[in-house]
Amino acid sequence: MPLVVEVVSPERTLFSGEADMVRARTVGGGDIAFLPGHAPFIGALATWTVEITLTNGSRELAAVHGGFVEVSNDHVKILSDLAELASQIDTERARRAQERAQAAVQRGDEAEAEGALARANARLAATGLTVGLH
Amino acid sequence: MAGGQERVLRARIKSVQSIRKITRAMELIAATRVVKAQERAAAARPYSDEITSVIIDLLRAGAAKEHALLRDNPDADTAAFVIITSDRGMCGAYNSNVIRLAERSIAAAEAQGLKHSLIVIGKKAQKHFRFQGLAIEAAFDSITDQPSYDDARDVAASVRRRFETGELAHVDLAYTRFLSAGVQQAVVRRFLPLEVPAVSETTGPSADLEYEPSPTGILNEILPRYLESRLFSALLDASASEHASRQRAMKAATDNADDLTVTLSRVLNRARQDAITTEIMEIVGGAEALSADKGSEHELLPSLLTPEHAFPEHLDRLDRSAGIH
Repeated sequence: MPLVVEVVSPERTLFSGEADMVRARTVGGGDIAFLPGHAPFIGALATWTVEITLTNGSRELAAVHGGFVEVSNDHVKILSDLAELASQIDTERARRAQERAQAAVQRGDEAEAEGALARANARLAATGLTVGLH
Repeated sequence: MAGGQERVLRARIKSVQSIRKITRAMELIAATRVVKAQERAAAARPYSDEITSVIIDLLRAGAAKEHALLRDNPDADTAAFVIITSDRGMCGAYNSNVIRLAERSIAAAEAQGLKHSLIVIGKKAQKHFRFQGLAIEAAFDSITDQPSYDDARDVAASVRRRFETGELAHVDLAYTRFLSAGVQQAVVRRFLPLEVPAVSETTGPSADLEYEPSPTGILNEILPRYLESRLFSALLDASASEHASRQRAMKAATDNADDLTVTLSRVLNRARQDAITTEIMEIVGGAEALSADKGSEHELLPSLLTPEHAFPEHLDRLDRSAGIH
């Protein structure tokens, strides 16, 4: 029996469908993958990608900027106040944001720039581009 | 003079009709906005439902209820009020209902010896409380037409910080609930400390849930999101209510314009009829005056205008062959 997956942002449901596997990264820094029959789980997500392997074999990537994942009875719910599907991400813009953020981090602007950098990296990773740290 | 009255009435009818065009357009715009706002509220529901169910699971798992957002601050001497109104008018009693209710709560807080602190959303509340001379702590505008989650986050952040530092005893939220397209209700709800949903201990085998990190750790992360999500749904409710109120107010205005046009047209027709009657009376009166002067009382006006009557002293020079017409 496949997993029922929902990616929900505060403004709407971004994705809803059946999948064989869901991979996410929790705040601890480790990736966690859910297969059908996974034990009930609640976790806080890091700013990174969520990868959904659909039942037809294709992959759906989304960038999440924080949020939560809840798994119970083969339902995977991903709640994030900032979530974007790979298809909706403007790669060029993310690239520019990444450069700006890197420059800011190097100048020593603290938390905010690092957060922006993490978000830009997550977006680029979701679009399948390598995240090179220059 | 009668003609003057007619002109004035015609001008009024014209202006009523052009106002009607505007109110009708506003009514139609508001109608589509209500539908959109309702759709947005429906789209936002899964997130707030999910977040509530996650919190219930966490509390069942024994997460510590000691987060700063759940605590009462008994030492604080200030009560904060978040008041959601619209930026524009033309929406009936929508704003005054919320403001009146908020003022009542403010008075109640003052009776308890608390100072008040106002966070107003929408220009109408801002204007009202500034006029009343109350201090406004923070003001937000241009968000109630189509609220976004970022707006909710900004507003939530502004109250959260002050509540967490123990400056505020509690925070109330005054807004208009959208019950249906016909019914909206102004309400004041406790916003902070957060009232977590009641957890029934008997149901659910939740003890075997896995957590990453600990339940308390996740709860601390999720409560601020829950706060934002509650504010966001209040904003969406208020927005739908605003558009519904505007639609209703503008429909009433359009109907009134129609009634007014009918009434004014009747008055105009009567005035025109009166003017015509008066004119006829004047002509008849004038003719009678002339006939009393110049001819026998049986003679009518045209016969007075024959050359024989007009120039009686030159009868010999007139061409009689033309005859009397």
